[in-house]
Amino acid sequence: MSTLAITPDLVAQHQLAESEYRKIVSILGREPSYTELGIFSVMWSEHCSYKSSRLHLKKLPTRGKLVVQGPGENAGIVDVGGGYVIAFKIESHNHPSFIEPFQGAATGVGGILRDIFTMGARPIAVLDSLRFGPLDDPQAGPRNRRILQGVVAGIAHYGNCFGVPTVGGECVFEPCYNGNPLVNVFALGVAKKEDIFYARAAGIGNPVIYVGAKTGRDGIHGASMASAEFTEESKQKRPNVQVGDPFLEKLLLEACLEAMQTGAIVGIQDMGAAGLTCSTCEMGSRGGTGIEIELDLVPQRETGMTPYEIMLSESQERMLLVAAKGREDEVFQVFRKWGLDAVTIGQVTADGLLRVRQHGEVVAEIPNRELADEAPLYDRPHSAPPCRPLAPSPAHEPVSPQAALTTLLASGDICSKRYIWEQYDYQVRTNTLAGPGADAAIVRIKENGVSIAMSLDGNSRYGYLSPREGAMLAVAESCRNLATVGAQPVAATNCLNFGNPERPEIMGQLVAAIEGLGEACRFFDTPITGGNVSLYNETLGEGIWPTPVIGIVGLMPTAAPVTRDFKAPGRSIILLGGLGDCDEMRFGGTQYAKVILKELWGLPPALDMDYEKRVHAAMREIVAAGLAESAHDLSDGGLAVAAAECCLGGVGAALHFESDLSPEFLLFHEGPSRILISTANPDSVAELAARHAVEAPRVGITMNSALAIRNRDATLVIAKIDSLNAIYEGSLANQLRS
Amino acid sequence: MKFGVIVFPGSNCDHDAWFAVNRNLGHPAEYIWHDSPTLGGVDAVILPGGFAYGDYLRCGAIAKFSPVMAAVRKFAAEGGPVLGICNGFQILVEAGLLPGALIRNRNLKFICREVRLRTETLDSPFTSAAERGQILRMPIAHGEGCYIADERTLDELAAEDRVAFRYVENPNGSMRDIAAILNGRRNVLGLMPHPERATEPLMGSSDGLVVFRSLVMAFQPTAA
Repeated sequence: MSTLAITPDLVAQHQLAESEYRKIVSILGREPSYTELGIFSVMWSEHCSYKSSRLHLKKLPTRGKLVVQGPGENAGIVDVGGGYVIAFKIESHNHPSFIEPFQGAATGVGGILRDIFTMGARPIAVLDSLRFGPLDDPQAGPRNRRILQGVVAGIAHYGNCFGVPTVGGECVFEPCYNGNPLVNVFALGVAKKEDIFYARAAGIGNPVIYVGAKTGRDGIHGASMASAEFTEESKQKRPNVQVGDPFLEKLLLEACLEAMQTGAIVGIQDMGAAGLTCSTCEMGSRGGTGIEIELDLVPQRETGMTPYEIMLSESQERMLLVAAKGREDEVFQVFRKWGLDAVTIGQVTADGLLRVRQHGEVVAEIPNRELADEAPLYDRPHSAPPCRPLAPSPAHEPVSPQAALTTLLASGDICSKRYIWEQYDYQVRTNTLAGPGADAAIVRIKENGVSIAMSLDGNSRYGYLSPREGAMLAVAESCRNLATVGAQPVAATNCLNFGNPERPEIMGQLVAAIEGLGEACRFFDTPITGGNVSLYNETLGEGIWPTPVIGIVGLMPTAAPVTRDFKAPGRSIILLGGLGDCDEMRFGGTQYAKVILKELWGLPPALDMDYEKRVHAAMREIVAAGLAESAHDLSDGGLAVAAAECCLGGVGAALHFESDLSPEFLLFHEGPSRILISTANPDSVAELAARHAVEAPRVGITMNSALAIRNRDATLVIAKIDSLNAIYEGSLANQLRS
Repeated sequence: MKFGVIVFPGSNCDHDAWFAVNRNLGHPAEYIWHDSPTLGGVDAVILPGGFAYGDYLRCGAIAKFSPVMAAVRKFAAEGGPVLGICNGFQILVEAGLLPGALIRNRNLKFICREVRLRTETLDSPFTSAAERGQILRMPIAHGEGCYIADERTLDELAAEDRVAFRYVENPNGSMRDIAAILNGRRNVLGLMPHPERATEPLMGSSDGLVVFRSLVMAFQPTAA
C-alpha cells in the first residue's frame, strides 16, 4: 500500500475530525493508506453520510400502503396501479451551481436522472426548485443574473438533449441566496412493477461491470466540497465541478433499460457523488457482500491516474452493475450496440470487504458495511430557533391597493417565469397535460390511464420566521396544489437546504423543520420516500434561511386537466375555504411585507391542518364532478394576486366582498386553505363544500377584459387585463436585461 | 400504410412519432436503427426530433453519414415520402435533401412554445388534407430552428410553391417566416414544428394530424 504518511494536517484537509480518524483506525485495525483516507473522507462527508441529519431524519414518516421502496435506495418507489410504479427523488446541486452555474446545474439534472433509471424506471418528468439572490441587488445583481441564466441554460441543455420534459418548478429571490444559490432538481420515472432494479451486489463470484464514460480527474472531492462552507478560495474549486454530457447519458439510459430486459443484471447503481467508491461499497453493503476490483481495468480518460484519483473521481455518466456470472456477454452486447464502454473490473466476494487493487497490488481494503453505513452519527447541539420580533408592522406610507397589486405582479417571486421555462422542452414524450406555470404539473402514464401530478414548494420567508411552521405550510401548499387539479397526494420527497449544522441555531432550524415536515406529512398521508440534505449553505459566514423544499406527487385519472384561467364570462366565482383571517403578526412573512413594505416580521400565516385537508377533499370532489371550469390556489401575494393570475387568459372578473379586514389584509394576506374556482354550477359547488364543512362564499362573477375588486362601497382594484398581462409577462426579461 | 421511424442514438422524439402514428393516426409504425442499410419495406419514413449523435457539432452534421441515411436517400430518390421533424429537418438539410440551413434561434436560446402555422400549399403529400390557408397550432421545441438560405434559393422556393408552412408569428428569426419546406419533387418535407406533439386533444391540439392524414391519402397502398 501507499506509504504516504498520514499526518494530522492531511486528516484535517480531508475534513475528517480527529474522532472520525480514530474510528477509521479502529475499523481497519491499522492506520489507513492515503487512498483509504480519501475513500473514508468522501463516504463520511456530510453529503454522503448525512451524519448531522440522520438522527433527525428517522422521525420522518416513510411507510404507506402504496410505498414499494422508501429511503435508502437511489429513489423512492410508489405503486400507481395497473402493474406500474413511479420512482422519484429530489437532489440538490447547490454548491457546484454557484461555482460553475451552467455545468453545475446540468450535472445536477444528470445525477438525479441516473438515480431514477438505475432503478429501471424511464424518466418522464423533471421539476426544478431554484433560489437566487435578487437580480437588482446593488452589489450582487450582475452576478445573480449571470448565475440564473447559466443555471437555466444548464438545465435546458441537459434535460432537452436527454429527452425528459422539464414540466414545472419554482424560482424565488432573496438576498440570503446572494452567495449561495439553490438548485434542487426533482425527477420522476415510470416502470413496470416487476422490472424494478435495486443497487445490491449479490451472488458470490458474479462479475462487477463498469459502464459508460471513462474516468477522468474531474470532480475529485465534489462530495466534500458540498459539505463545506464557501470562502474566497472556493472559486478556485472549479476543477471539482464536473462536465456533463447529456447525449452520453441518453445512451446510458437506453442501454441500461435494454440490458435490464435481458435478465442478466443482478444489481445496478449509478456513480454519482464519490463515484466508484460510493457505488462499490454501497452495493456491497446493501447486499451484505464484498467487492473486489482492479483499477487497471477501469476505463480511464487520462494516463497516470493514482488509485486515490480513480476511486474519488466524479466523472459523470457512469454506472456500476453486477451481472449473473456467465451472462456477461448479453450485457456487453447491449452496451456495444449503444457504443458504450462496458468492462468487467472485478467480482462480488463473500468477505464483506471493498478490496481495491492496482497493478495487482492491494491499495485499499475496507469493510463495506462500516464504510457505507457506520459513518459517525452526530447529535449536534441545537438551540431553539430564535423568535423573531412579534412587533406589529413598522409604520409605512399607505399604498393604493391597485399600485400594490401591479408592483407585486412584477416582483421576482410572483411574475411570470416564462423566460425560464420556454427554454425547457416541457413536452417531449407527449405526456404533459399541465406544464410550467400551472399550480401542479401533470404527466400522464400512457400505459395505464393514470396521471401523476407534482408540485415543488418551499417558502424560506416562512421558514425564517418559524422553521417548523414554514415546513408544515410547504407541505400544505404542495398538497393544495395537487388538490387544485384534482389529484390525491400519495408520497413525498424532500430537499433540506440549510446553513452550517455545527452552529446550534442552524441545527435548531434543521431539527424544527424536520419535525414540522414529519408532522405535516403524517397528517396529509404523504410518506417521504427519499430526498436529500444540503448543509453548509454559507458563504463568508452568512447562512441561507432555512429552505426545506418539498416535492409531493399525486395520482388522478388521465383527463383534460382543470387549469388556472377563467374560461368564459358570466360564471360564478367561489372562494373555496373562505376569506380566512389575518392579523399584524401573521402578515409579516407575506409578499406584501417583502415587496411593498420591504420588511419581515412576526410569524408565518396560521395553518389549520384539519381544515386544510377538508378543503382538499372538497376540491377533489368538485373536480371529479366536473364542476370547476377553472381553479387556482391562493399562495404568494394572496387573494388579489391569485385573482389577477386567473384573469391572464383574457377573461376578467368582478369581485365583491363585505369584509371587516383592512384592504391590505383582505387582498394580500397569505392565509392557506383557499382556492379560487369559477363554475357554472355554484349551488352544486356550495353543496359539496358544505358536506366537508368548508366555507365557499360566492365572491363574484367572471366578465370580459377587466379585473375589478370592491369591498363594500370602496373600489380597491380596477385594471385592464392587457395591462396586467404586460406587467406580469414582461417583468423577468426586463430584470435580466438591466 | 406502414411508417418507419428512424432511430439515431440521440433521437428522443422517436417514441412520440411512433405513438402519434400508431395510436392517434391508427397506422402501423416500426423503428429503424441508425446503422441499418435498408428500410425494410416501409411506405413512409419519419426522421424524428432529438439530438441524433449529440449534435455537439452542427446539428445533423454527423447523422448525414450514418448508414441509414444512404437508404433514406435512395428511398427519397425513388419517390418515397420522407418527413423530417425538427432534428430530422436539420438532418435533411445537412444531407442535401433540402436546401438552406438551420442556425441558432435569433434570441440564442432554446424555445419551447405553441406556434401558429399558415398552410402555404396544398400541393404536397404532406398538406393535401388541409384547407387553403388553414392555420394549424402545434409546438416548436428547438435551439437551432432559424431557417436561412440565399436569396435565390428563397425565391426559388417561393416560385416553385415549396414552402409548406410559414409561422404566423415568427419565433426564431427564420427568413421569410419559413417553418417547413419541400424538395423539388415534393416527396421530402422538413419542418421545425412538431406535428406528432399535436395529434390528440390531451396534447392541446390535434392539428398535426393533418400532416399524417395527408400522407395516408397520398401514399396508402390502394386496395381498390
